[in-house]
Amino acid sequence: MSGIIPSSSVARKFAMAISALFLVFFLLMHVSINALSLFSKDAFNTASHFMGTNPLIQFVMQPILMVGIMYHIIMGIVLELKNKSARSIKYVVNKGNANSTWMSRNMIYTGLAIFFFLILHFKHFWVEEINYKYIEHLPSDPNRYYDELVETFHSSITTIVYVIAFVFLSLHLLHGFQSAFQSLGVDSRKAKCIKTLGKVYAIAIPFIFIVIALYHHFNH
Amino acid sequence: MDLTLKIWRQKSPDSKGKMVDYKVTDISEHMSFLEMMDVLNEQLVAKNEEPVAFDHDCREGICGMCSMYINGEAHGPDRGITTCQLHMRMFNDGDTITIEPFRANAFPVVKDLVVDRTSFEKIQQAGGFISVNTMGRTTDANNILISKHDADEAMDAATCIGCGACVATCKNSSAMLFVSAKVSQFALLPQGRVEAADRVLNMIKQMDEEGFGNCTNTGACEVECPKGISLTNIARLNREYLKASL
Ligand code: SF4
Ligand code: FES
Repeated sequence: MSGIIPSSSVARKFAMAISALFLVFFLLMHVSINALSLFSKDAFNTASHFMGTNPLIQFVMQPILMVGIMYHIIMGIVLELKNKSARSIKYVVNKGNANSTWMSRNMIYTGLAIFFFLILHFKHFWVEEINYKYIEHLPSDPNRYYDELVETFHSSITTIVYVIAFVFLSLHLLHGFQSAFQSLGVDSRKAKCIKTLGKVYAIAIPFIFIVIALYHHFNH
Repeated sequence: MDLTLKIWRQKSPDSKGKMVDYKVTDISEHMSFLEMMDVLNEQLVAKNEEPVAFDHDCREGICGMCSMYINGEAHGPDRGITTCQLHMRMFNDGDTITIEPFRANAFPVVKDLVVDRTSFEKIQQAGGFISVNTMGRTTDANNILISKHDADEAMDAATCIGCGACVATCKNSSAMLFVSAKVSQFALLPQGRVEAADRVLNMIKQMDEEGFGNCTNTGACEVECPKGISLTNIARLNREYLKASL
C-alpha cells in the first residue's frame, strides 16, 4: 500500500472509501452551519466568522479538505479509466438495470457533475473570500457572511444550478455512503444498518441544502 | 417454439468476430438452453455449416463451464442458475435471443462463445489452497471444533464454481466476488487461518496482474452469481487484506 495512487486494487478501494468518509463528515459540518442561516442571521454570522478566521480551520483543515476533494476526484477518474480498459469489446446487449442500481453504475457521471458544480461553488464563495481577505485586505467584518449568502441566491440561475447539483450529490451519496463502508470491510451484521443510515444521509443532507438555497432565493 | 438467435461468431482468438442471425425451429419449452443450442448445431451441421462452439461439461450446474451472456445477462434471465440450468420456458415463441461470450480482457475469446478462464486458475494457484500433509498420520478432522456459523459460511463460500459470471456481469470486469469466495472459504476455518495473510495478498496480486478491473460495489455479481455468493464475502476479503497489509 505505497504511493499516492496505490498499485493494488483493494488498496485503491480503501483510499477511495477513506477520502469519501472524510467528505461525508465535512458535508455534515457544512450543512449544519448553513442551516443556522434559516433560523438566525447572527448565529450564522458567528459560526461563519469562526470558520473563516480560526487559524486551525483556515490553515490546517482547509488544505486537508482541498487535498481530500482533489484526491477523491483524481482517484475516481483513474479507477473509471482502468475499469473501462478491462473490457475492450463491449456487449451488444447489456441489461445493467437487471442487477444493479443506476446510481452504482454512474458514480463517475454524478461525481463529475458535482465536480463541475464545485468549480462554480468555489468561485462564488471561496475565491471571493480569498479576494476579500488576502488580496483586497478589506477589514474583518463579522457580519458580512449572511448578506453574501443572500446575495448569491438572489439569482434564479444560480439557485437552479445549486438545486440540480444537490440532486446529483444525493444520487452520488445513495451509492457512495454504503459503498465506502463495504470497501472498508464492514461486517454483514452492521451492513444493513449502514445501508439505512446511508439512505437517510443521502436524502436528508442534499434536501437541507436545497431548502437553504430556496429559502434565501424566495425570502429576500 | 421458433426463435431468432443473434450469436457472436469468431473463428479464432485473433480473428475479428461479429453477430450472426440464425433461426431455430421446433424448440420445446422443456429443453434447457444448451439443448436448444444442440438443436441449432444439428440444424447447422445438416446444412453443412460450422456449428457454434460453446463450453459445457456437467450440464447440471456443478462444473461452471457453461458461460454465455444471454439477452444482456450472464447465464440469461433466470436467477441462481447456470446456462445449462436455464430453461426454454423462460422465453416465448417468436423471441429474438442475443447470445454473446462472457466479456472481459482477462477472459479472451477462444472461439465463438468459448472463453479462456485460465486467469481464474492462476489466481487459485496463487493461494487458493491449504498446505497440509495428507500422507501418513493425519488427525481426525473433528478434533478441531468449529462453530456452526463459521462452518456454514465457509461452506457457502465454497459453493463457488468458478464460472466467471461475476466478472462477465460486472461493469468493471472485477473478479472480487470469485476471489472473495475463495479467500473466505479458508479464512473462516482454523486450517485456513495459518496461511491467511499470504493467501489474500498473493491472490489479490495475481488478480490485478490478470487485468481484472476494480470493484466499485455495484452488487451486480451477487445478483447474477448462480451459487448466491454474497457481497459480505467481499467485505471479508477487504478486511482480510487490510489485516494482512498492516
Ligand atoms: S462467485 Fe459466483 S459468479 Fe463468480 S465465479 Fe463463483 S459461482 Fe461464478
Ligand atoms: S455445464 Fe456444468 S455448470 Fe453448466
